[in-house]
Amino acid sequence: MNLAYLWGIFLGSLHAMVPITLTATGEVIGESAGLFNIGLEGIILLSAMTGALGAEAAGPSVGFLVGLGTGFAIGLIFGLVCTYFKGVQLIAGVGINLFSAGLVTFWLIHLGVPGHHAVAEESQMVNISTRYGDFSPMIFVAIALPVLIYILLFRTKLGLKIRAVGENPQAADVAGINIHLLRLLSTAAGASLAGLAGAYISVNWLGSVTKEISAGRGFIALATVVFSGLNPLLVLLGGFIFGFFDNLAVWVATMPAVQKVIPWQFVAMAPYAVTLLVVTGVIGRARFPAAMGIPYGRE
Amino acid sequence: MGFSANIGELTKTIIAGVIGFAVGALIIMLYGYDPISAYQALFNGAFGDLYSFSESLANASPLILTALTFAIGFRGGMFNIGAEGQLYLGALATVAVSFFHLPSAMGFALSLICAVLAGAIWSLPVAILKATRGVHEVISTIMLNWISQFLCFYLIAKILVDPQRAEKTISVAQGVRIPLLVPGTSLSYGIFLSFFAAIIVYLLLWRTVMGFDIRATGHNPLAATYAGIEKWKIILFVFITGGLTAGLAGAVHVMGRPPVYAIYSGMPSIRGLGFEGLAVAMIGRNHPIGIIFAAIFFGGLLAGGRMMQLSAHVPLEMVRVVEGIVVLFLAIPELVQLLSFLRKIRPPLIFRSKRSQDEDRRRL
Repeated sequence: MNLAYLWGIFLGSLHAMVPITLTATGEVIGESAGLFNIGLEGIILLSAMTGALGAEAAGPSVGFLVGLGTGFAIGLIFGLVCTYFKGVQLIAGVGINLFSAGLVTFWLIHLGVPGHHAVAEESQMVNISTRYGDFSPMIFVAIALPVLIYILLFRTKLGLKIRAVGENPQAADVAGINIHLLRLLSTAAGASLAGLAGAYISVNWLGSVTKEISAGRGFIALATVVFSGLNPLLVLLGGFIFGFFDNLAVWVATMPAVQKVIPWQFVAMAPYAVTLLVVTGVIGRARFPAAMGIPYGRE
Repeated sequence: MGFSANIGELTKTIIAGVIGFAVGALIIMLYGYDPISAYQALFNGAFGDLYSFSESLANASPLILTALTFAIGFRGGMFNIGAEGQLYLGALATVAVSFFHLPSAMGFALSLICAVLAGAIWSLPVAILKATRGVHEVISTIMLNWISQFLCFYLIAKILVDPQRAEKTISVAQGVRIPLLVPGTSLSYGIFLSFFAAIIVYLLLWRTVMGFDIRATGHNPLAATYAGIEKWKIILFVFITGGLTAGLAGAVHVMGRPPVYAIYSGMPSIRGLGFEGLAVAMIGRNHPIGIIFAAIFFGGLLAGGRMMQLSAHVPLEMVRVVEGIVVLFLAIPELVQLLSFLRKIRPPLIFRSKRSQDEDRRRL
């Protein structure tokens, strides 16, 4: 095992990190404003589908935009239900997951080949080739975005307002902030990042859509948010850890020697087991907005 | 829960259902199919004749049980979406018992016992992590669902594999199977196990002190704590009971579902039963009796969905799309009141009847 080999694993982990980091960064915005969206899994799945079709119709960058837009649209629906209509967030999230899983499977059958849709090579986003390997441009987005969101949340007035509606909506309301609108826009902005993650998976990273393409990444992103304690910079670290284990299964698939010792099923468990362990380990110090998950209404 | 409250819940469910089917019809049209013939096939395939109805009930049997898992948690203020993974292990445990050639009666009892225990054991980490570390059950259950899935993949491929047919596990022994209720269909006496479990859960939640404590915790956790209810006991009880019914769902499905009485690799027949149960619980408003009706209705949609796929060529998955929309709207607590604003919108004067014009004048 030489250095180039380890570098390959590192590169694979970076690519696996992107969807988790993007989704989790978005969810940090939403949760800071007080909305807990467990529909992220469904949003990633549906955006992977729409993003792929968008890319095939008009090129990879349009595919990314379509994914982003899909996430935003679903985020708006989720946000409307959970702000103005005072819906129960967990139930609304489950509804989105069921809807997306159904619609994507339906769509795949409708497209002809049940269960699988490969994105044409020429519609996929091209990676940047360097001496050190191929990098997806989205890796840089996934690294820059948490930093930008950190600045937004902790260094701007808008960020203060977002955190205020999550922490103490009564006080924010008195201060003249439109609670419902700000919460709605925060969660929709967050969901659009999950949509971007979905498009990345199908248009760039894996180059195909299956009904299980999201593979629990929406929930791993939720765990990453817990790990981060709503700090976008820690999302980056958490995303890399989970990305590493996500990539591990792919890596082991190319190593028959390892597979003889550890069956692939046990390697495939790794990202989920590690997520559970990490969340268990850090949960004590994470602190969440006081009003998270609670619909707001004036008394 | 009072009678009028139940009526309110029912109205809400019906409204959400109507919206769900309406949006579903729109999507069916959008993809270029015919919604009317699709829904006709759907309902005929669900409740059209004895055969269809039996299939609907057969589909409902495991769904009632996984829905109970969610409902017990929901009543206690917990969001237990772990039925999926617990069900896999329950099903596998049932198959594992047939590995040893036991006498029928003993094998039958042991299969059920092992299945419920497997479900309960798999829910234990969730309860322990929540009670001791405060890990949110949404995250722990989902992670354990995935771990369970891969564990079962391994068990199916390596341990319980049928020596003659590598794509499936050994079949459940002849004497351990649940006899059929309607010959020629998939409906077994297992449906009564599900009904029985629903009644037990009802009695547990509404007729015991523990049940009262669970509902009190769900209703107002702070007040429950002040009243001296120990949260960790509630958590442990809720998740273990939920695990028991989820495990039983696995057993009922494998022991009572012809023709194979085995699990294929990839678990196509049991995957999703846990998540569908979640929707069933919400449509049944997390009440055991409501769940029975919701499960039969939803089991019917799944049976009818096959007919819809065959005759109207609309993929079966449409059923899940509708289900998702229904659940999304059920999340809105004041759905009924929300729609009542429609009554306040008054049509322009010339379109109104004489009587409503008189009413308006009286109001002025």
